[in-house]
Amino acid sequence: MKAMIIKEFRQLRRDRRTLAMMIFLPVLLLVILGYAASFDVSHIPTVVSGPDAHQAAAALPPPFQVTGTVPAAQAQTQLRDGHAAMAVVTGGPQLIIYLDGSQIFTAQAAKQALAAGAATHPGLAAATVEVLYNPELKTSYIMIPGIAGVILVFVGTVITSLGVVRERQTGTLEQLAVMPLRPRDVFLGKITPYFAVAAADLAIVLAIGVAIFGVPFRGSPAVFALGALLFVFVTLGIGVLISSVSQNQGQAIQLAIMTLLPQVLLSGLIFPLSSIVAGVRWIAYLLPLTYFNEIARGVMLRAEPLAALWQPFCFLALLGAVVMTLAILRFRAFLAPSPGRRPKQPDAAQPELASAAAKP
Amino acid sequence: MNDSVNDWGLAGVSVRYGRTLALDDVSLRAVPGRIAAVVGGDGAGKTTLLRCAAGALPPASGRAATPGIRQTGYLSPSGGIYPDLTVDENLSFRAAAYGLRAPQARERVAEHLDRTGLAAARGRLAAHLSGGMRKKLGVIAAMLPGPALLVLDEPTTGVDPVSRADLWWLIAQAAAGGAAVLFSTTYLDEAQRAGHVLVLDAGRPLASGTPAEITAAVPGTIRLCPARPTGDPQRRRAWRRAGQWRLWEPPGAPPSETVQRGEAVPPDLQDAVVIAALAREAA
Repeated sequence: MKAMIIKEFRQLRRDRRTLAMMIFLPVLLLVILGYAASFDVSHIPTVVSGPDAHQAAAALPPPFQVTGTVPAAQAQTQLRDGHAAMAVVTGGPQLIIYLDGSQIFTAQAAKQALAAGAATHPGLAAATVEVLYNPELKTSYIMIPGIAGVILVFVGTVITSLGVVRERQTGTLEQLAVMPLRPRDVFLGKITPYFAVAAADLAIVLAIGVAIFGVPFRGSPAVFALGALLFVFVTLGIGVLISSVSQNQGQAIQLAIMTLLPQVLLSGLIFPLSSIVAGVRWIAYLLPLTYFNEIARGVMLRAEPLAALWQPFCFLALLGAVVMTLAILRFRAFLAPSPGRRPKQPDAAQPELASAAAKP
Repeated sequence: MNDSVNDWGLAGVSVRYGRTLALDDVSLRAVPGRIAAVVGGDGAGKTTLLRCAAGALPPASGRAATPGIRQTGYLSPSGGIYPDLTVDENLSFRAAAYGLRAPQARERVAEHLDRTGLAAARGRLAAHLSGGMRKKLGVIAAMLPGPALLVLDEPTTGVDPVSRADLWWLIAQAAAGGAAVLFSTTYLDEAQRAGHVLVLDAGRPLASGTPAEITAAVPGTIRLCPARPTGDPQRRRAWRRAGQWRLWEPPGAPPSETVQRGEAVPPDLQDAVVIAALAREAA
């Protein structure tokens, strides 16, 4: 047993990436999760409208944070486009309050705050509260669009990175380099099947979500498809990028998990983005799933149009451009090594300076 | 090494991996219709040389000439075979990548598979083939486009004698068809069959020429000894082969009184390679 333990330690010492992951990842996750793991809603962005908008704004207690006054006709649009989580419409026989049910934790917090405020503000007690987009505040309504994103990350990043790194492990990547295939052909040829599988996965997940869990799909399928396309584009790029820095499938899985975990935890899928402290929240804005979540929930639940989703679309496109450029550059380097570049093939990396063919 | 690149091949090629000089001023011509063998021990630089010759690795200095990527067939050290594809699927992929027309590819595949005994395994996953069958498949795949230059990295290593014969049939077929064949091997009996042999040692050429030229160039004499010679330098100049000790006497070296000298024997390629290594060591 002692020999086995020593052997394992020796192997582990040489597999520095695994060692680093075993030591630093739990610490990192603990710190990030400690700051991110919160369902507390500290402020609820609110718009007010109607003739008594200013009075209503003054009467709203914390955590409501009035961000603007809008015409009554635009109150619901503000919620639909994600500019506010609550809209207060005055001027009618009684106050009408709209809540965005797609922001489930914020809506729940708003309901509690309204109930508490009703004791001191009679106007609130008499108000009609209407939860839009997810009237029953069903968790499945907000989780399933996000889970679709997680599945796309899994297929796009994990499976793609494994597929590409397998070429490297079996030595076929070197063979491809001397075949009359352009790097572009190899790259697109590698990722197209994964793209198709990811698209099929997405369709299946959405069909199950709609048919079994009753998740509404109120918006434009074309807008959703465009968002999914961009998102898959980014995740495939991350997959290729991971494979380009991994020597074997184990390393690829480790790295893929390291990109998957933060996306699941910090993208707003589980914890509301507004509840994550600012020092950690910035990470969320580097993650493609954050933007896909915004697009998927916006389109499916709130029928948000493309014009209102320009920000997540732009960020996703920017991420895609950066990641794909890096991935293509790395991939080309494999297939067309430039003179002077040190080859990475394991058989040639450290040639032993052994003696002649047949020594006595 | 005064060879120049008249056809394809390498001229004065050097390759560095970091601070290690893997190839040092090596030349090897690839002549159409000729089989050239690259011989050397582990780490001698055979794979690096063949990668340069196939265009897979640009040299740090010197010149590597190939007939172009479409006209070069290469068997990489791994064989370049997808283990999770069948024999047929592997060959179809290779044919499609080289733009071969289906009837042409079918004809070539059928002939090679039949002759090498792989026809019955067409539907089998490459992962389920024996080592020898996988090597044969790799060589067939490299030959499939009918390349003008065929570069094979240790096609026969670890292969049983019957499969080696099949592989040699394939290699001879390619050369007979006009291809310039470069292959590496650790088996000197195979190298003996080549039209040209380059012996590498630690990235440097040790000997080069036809097997006859290499053996003719052996300096001094080889003698059979009844027992292992004692005392230096005879002890270091002796090697055991086929149950007998052989002793190399360099030209001008005084005969040792402590060694029982047997009859002189003509050198073959194996002796020549050993003596070239000993001569370099002595120098």
